[in-house]
Amino acid sequence: MENILETKSINKYFLEPVKFHVLKNISIQLKNKEFVSIMGKSGCGKSTLLYILSTLDTSYEGELFIDGQKMSNLTRDELAKVRNEKIGFVFQFHYLLPEFTVLKNVMLPALKLGKFDEATIRKNALEKLELLNVADQAYKKASKISGGQKQRVSIARALINNPKIIMGDEPTGNLDSKNAENVFNVLRELSNQHEMSMLIVTHDIDFAKKTDRIIEMGDGLIL
Amino acid sequence: MIKVILDISKTHLISKKKQTIIAALGVTFGISMFIVMMGFMTGLNQLLDGLVLNRTPHIQIYNKTDATEIQPVDRFYDLVGNLNYIHSIKPKSRLLRIHNALPVLNELRNNKKVKGATPQATCKVFYLAGSNNLNGIINGIEVNEEIRLFNFKDYIVEGDVNCLLKKKNNTLLGAGIAKKLSLSVGDKLQVMNTDGTIFTLTVGGIFQSGLAEVDDVQSYVNLKMAQQLLVAKGNYISRIHVKLHNIEDAVPMSKLIENLYNIKALDIYSANAQFDTGSDIRTLISYAVSITLLIVAGFGIYNILNMFIYEKMNDIAILKATGFTGKDIMFIFIIQALIIGIIGGILGLGVGYGISVIIDNIPFVTEALPTIKTYPINYDPNFYIGGMTFAIITTFFAGYLPSRKAQKIDPVEIIRGQ
Repeated sequence: MENILETKSINKYFLEPVKFHVLKNISIQLKNKEFVSIMGKSGCGKSTLLYILSTLDTSYEGELFIDGQKMSNLTRDELAKVRNEKIGFVFQFHYLLPEFTVLKNVMLPALKLGKFDEATIRKNALEKLELLNVADQAYKKASKISGGQKQRVSIARALINNPKIIMGDEPTGNLDSKNAENVFNVLRELSNQHEMSMLIVTHDIDFAKKTDRIIEMGDGLIL
Repeated sequence: MIKVILDISKTHLISKKKQTIIAALGVTFGISMFIVMMGFMTGLNQLLDGLVLNRTPHIQIYNKTDATEIQPVDRFYDLVGNLNYIHSIKPKSRLLRIHNALPVLNELRNNKKVKGATPQATCKVFYLAGSNNLNGIINGIEVNEEIRLFNFKDYIVEGDVNCLLKKKNNTLLGAGIAKKLSLSVGDKLQVMNTDGTIFTLTVGGIFQSGLAEVDDVQSYVNLKMAQQLLVAKGNYISRIHVKLHNIEDAVPMSKLIENLYNIKALDIYSANAQFDTGSDIRTLISYAVSITLLIVAGFGIYNILNMFIYEKMNDIAILKATGFTGKDIMFIFIIQALIIGIIGGILGLGVGYGISVIIDNIPFVTEALPTIKTYPINYDPNFYIGGMTFAIITTFFAGYLPSRKAQKIDPVEIIRGQ
């Protein structure tokens, strides 16, 4: 199996308030269809690593490859295109655009990609919402739905462009156990059926145990 | 792609209705004031220009009354080394009438640059009222030409301007004298010329120029009648007023006339030097005030967009994380600024036009301007085009600066900060 994501000795420093070595020589691989969780104590650098892997953070040393393409020397605009096309994002605090409808929230990344016309995108978005069991909320404003629903909508948004990888920053951190399990099941199913890789940062040991592989971090190192 | 950006901008604006409306109203206020100020100011300028330019001859020709430039002593002791002083030089005695006036008039009328030339014969008289003798001046004119060239008709407030042609001893009396002598149209009036001969004239109309010192002394009669009052022949002409096709020719033309006929020719620029300056300064002030208003409106937009962006930090981070580029984000906010500018601008044009129409209908009656009934407004479309352009330019810059900030926002910092 091919590596969908690979890093070669990534180092990252925080410069403020004092110089601090956050990530030390991180080299990891993520295979196609693999469901991996990253665990570690607070402040060990796991979120920082995720932001680097997701191409949002560009100030690091080392090399990052996504789908065989080297990321480290791309411009910000090129990175934005990569994120749009190949990476789906699920955050801890759901992060929907509150003024837009649920449907519009899901559609936006696809409209940006511009691969299909609006009618097709609308149909796809409704399908994704259906998949996550929130299709009945499609025309509500994003600020008007419950937390668990928001999290599922944001997963639907992450899926809209059929990305290669879905990255999550504690996607269940803010949910009760029932909703958390729901979200896990959805992700599990997606990784099995849609050939997507999952890279999930989590605190939740129960969640992590059910994934294919756990990458444990401590003090900026892979343990 | 543009459609998506427009859609996001629209949603943002609609979700912040109040701020959007306030920002747009700022622009509306600026633009409408610009339109009103410019329309009113230039309307007033045009009115005053009209007063001066339409009624004032481009060139006035009359006899010189100054001293001879080269005195006989200069001709005699012309050599280097002599410095001649003559004290108390008196002007040369000259004719009151223009020498060879009729050929000069003809030649002027045949000139291609000249729209028309009118002769005038001025005579000093006394208006006789009981035992009082009032000083006065009677101008003999060719009334048709005066109407055609200098809007003479506008001055006539009572009676008929053509009465001068109907009967030789009809006169158009100054409003001031008419009041002093309690005369109205149809009454008889006696005048005495400088030789002591008394003539009886009929008041055919009353004229009012707006200048009290003119209306208190001056009256108009037919040119022939004036020549009769002066006990002079048909070639007695004391002034010639020239109107040109192009006012720019006034200065060279007056020089040419002075050189050709050895006569004084005063161009309109020398006669009304103070006038041009006043007009320019009024225009300058109205531009300065209007542009200040628009810039203030621009700062309002800048402020509100800055606030928008501050509130929308999360949205910006999400959009960036899901693949929107910094440029997309910048466009989103610039488009919001432009939408505010365009809506506010169009409203401003409408409101400005409305206020202009209202001002245009406010009665404005003044003795000085008998033909004006309401405040003058200039509806030059250039102000509307200019106002709109300026609205778009200011809002663009007011949006551009905060948008650049939005473009540079680092999503990691925001997501981390939660």
